Amino acid sequence: MPDQLLFAIEVSLNGLMAGVMYALVALGFVLIFKASGIFNYAQGVMALFAAMTLVGIQNGQVPFAHLINATFGTKIHHFGWEVPALAAILLTVVIMAAFAWAVNRYIFRHLVNQEPIILFMATIGLAYFLEGVADLMWGSEIKKLDVGLPQGINDWIDTTTFDAFGYGFFIDNLDIVATIIAALLVLGLVAFSQYTKEGRALRAVADDHQAALSVGISLNFIWVLVWSIAGFVALVAGIMWGTKSGVQFSLSLIALKALPVLMLGGFTSIPGAIVGGLIIGVGEKLFEFAIGAPYLGGATENWFAYVLALIFLVFRPQGLFGEKIIERV
Amino acid sequence: MKLGTLTIAAICAAAPAMADLVYPSLSYRTGPYAAGGIPFADGYADYFTLLNERDGGIGGVMTRVLECETGYNTEKGVECYESTKGEGALVYQPLSTGITYQLIPKTAADGIPLHTMGYGRTSAANGSIFNNVFNYPANYWDGASIAVNHLLEENGGDLSGKTIALVYHNSAYGKEPIRTLEELSEKHGFDLSLLAVDHPGQEQKSQWLQIRRERPDYVVMWGWGVMNQVAIQEAANIRFPMENFIGNWWAGSENDVLPVGEAANGYKSLAMHNVGTDFPIYADLNQYVIDAGKAAGNGDQVGTVLYNRGFYAAMLAAEATKKAQEIHGVADITPAMMRDGMEALVVDEALMESLGMPNFGPAFSVSCENHGGSGQAKVQQWDAAAGEWNIITDWIDSDRAVIDPLIAEDSGAYAAENNITPVCG
Repeated sequence: MPDQLLFAIEVSLNGLMAGVMYALVALGFVLIFKASGIFNYAQGVMALFAAMTLVGIQNGQVPFAHLINATFGTKIHHFGWEVPALAAILLTVVIMAAFAWAVNRYIFRHLVNQEPIILFMATIGLAYFLEGVADLMWGSEIKKLDVGLPQGINDWIDTTTFDAFGYGFFIDNLDIVATIIAALLVLGLVAFSQYTKEGRALRAVADDHQAALSVGISLNFIWVLVWSIAGFVALVAGIMWGTKSGVQFSLSLIALKALPVLMLGGFTSIPGAIVGGLIIGVGEKLFEFAIGAPYLGGATENWFAYVLALIFLVFRPQGLFGEKIIERV
Repeated sequence: MKLGTLTIAAICAAAPAMADLVYPSLSYRTGPYAAGGIPFADGYADYFTLLNERDGGIGGVMTRVLECETGYNTEKGVECYESTKGEGALVYQPLSTGITYQLIPKTAADGIPLHTMGYGRTSAANGSIFNNVFNYPANYWDGASIAVNHLLEENGGDLSGKTIALVYHNSAYGKEPIRTLEELSEKHGFDLSLLAVDHPGQEQKSQWLQIRRERPDYVVMWGWGVMNQVAIQEAANIRFPMENFIGNWWAGSENDVLPVGEAANGYKSLAMHNVGTDFPIYADLNQYVIDAGKAAGNGDQVGTVLYNRGFYAAMLAAEATKKAQEIHGVADITPAMMRDGMEALVVDEALMESLGMPNFGPAFSVSCENHGGSGQAKVQQWDAAAGEWNIITDWIDSDRAVIDPLIAEDSGAYAAENNITPVCG
């Protein structure tokens, strides 16, 4: 097989894996938008907050230590214990659920029936508030996140492809894990929405929240539920991206990678987020490989992802899997 | 009543109020780059606190660090400048190449010196054109040349036939070394491969797949923030030999290697100053600042690479202040006097020894023609097991034969664009 073709296949495979990582972030946006019509600008910061909380709990870090020390003249930073990864993840899930409750109790309950732009603005405020809280709570330093996920080249794929083609493909173990987790997450979400009472209620609210209210479904409960699930998805995305780059404030910028995925896959479709992520991932990587790096000086991925999304948007404004907009005159 | 008024007026005239010596610190303790901004800001502030607590300031005048949060954002940086310059600011340390470019014309108009240590506009080293800007002890082009000189040393002085890949932040900052490396590539016969990484640099799979395919002998990195950690992780993922991977001095702090863990072992970077706390001055710092509870921030950054950089930058500002006081014979100096002090600064080993910072930075002197210092740096290497950087070379010179003409060309173009007549002497 010619070298360039092999390289292109390797790039495509890595693009698919990168797409899964983007989709993990996009999923959180979709869940909240689908259930409440809110475009949650804070989704990236939620991933950051969740990852920081996880590392903080794992390392036995005292939350708000700087504030406590400045106020009381103490010098406490750590409790002196370490929490196992699984327990820390469970505790973080509880904290994200508490966050979901607080967000609905103190913000969105007061904004029911407001214009979407007002709700969007509220999430911008929430994003900056949460970033500040994360800073105060856990500090600004970069933290290593280690929940035992493997990283680095997958030797089996490298050896097998080398034996078959004379060129070993690079696939990152972390990306393989992310793919498995994303698949499980989507299956879990689909099963939840299809086979549980709460899931059916969530779908009813997503279809028509006024009708859902009229049959006794609690909008408040559903919103807390969906924000909790989005918080969990943010934690998963935070773990994956945080393992890759360390947990730091730029983690919130991963939301930028989710936007073209949403534009392409639609804001209301969970499979759309996955397929959109895969198309964006492969598209941007192949473009960089074939055109960007050799002819345009490289670094084309960020903008090309948006170009790709715009092209889809022109022909299908609701996204590939979004609900078709029907307005009756 | 009249007598009283006259008496007060006479006292004021005879002994003018000794205002503070003001050093604005355009810091970034928030935002995506906070992890890099905090230690520098802490080091900068702690040095001046030490001078106040131990020596009663500089020349009998207390120092005051005026911190303003930029979030590493150029617009906010300019706002910080505008809001602090009226406080008697002696010298600005913008800590951002973007902010530096905005402040160069402003500080020139306001007559306030700018110190851009290892960043900013490289050709500002030509003091005859950039009268108010100083970028000692080394600049980006020095950095690129020092990296190549280190590789030359490792290869017995011959890099012909070798390939060096530059992985760079796709910004004005990241592109700074390209021209120098291109010139050096021609001179030494190595192939140069350029790989741009888009901001912020969280996703670099394409670049590292390309490196894996092309197998360059060395990778040089011009990165900042999350780009550094991801690059080092990706290099480890493709099993690129870490000892052949060299970052510039903004890609060589604990922040860049700790998140990668053991896999970062052996990674190298340039160092414009020494590492650790094994210097006599740190005993004073502990006694007068840290243990006294007067440290900036959490007080937990002492001895980290970027803390030492802030500390070193403050030391250079303080020594320039002393020089200005000496030249003008007054303790309460103005920004114009500070500029004179910076231009006459001589940092030699005897001075650093007397400050309790032996061999902390390179020995250099500043002149009107050369605002860039000695253009030297060392190479440091990360020991993951010990969790520390080790200096592995002596001070390495940059290739003046290549860099000086580039500085002359670029600063000349700036002078022509802005109708500046070079002045020295």
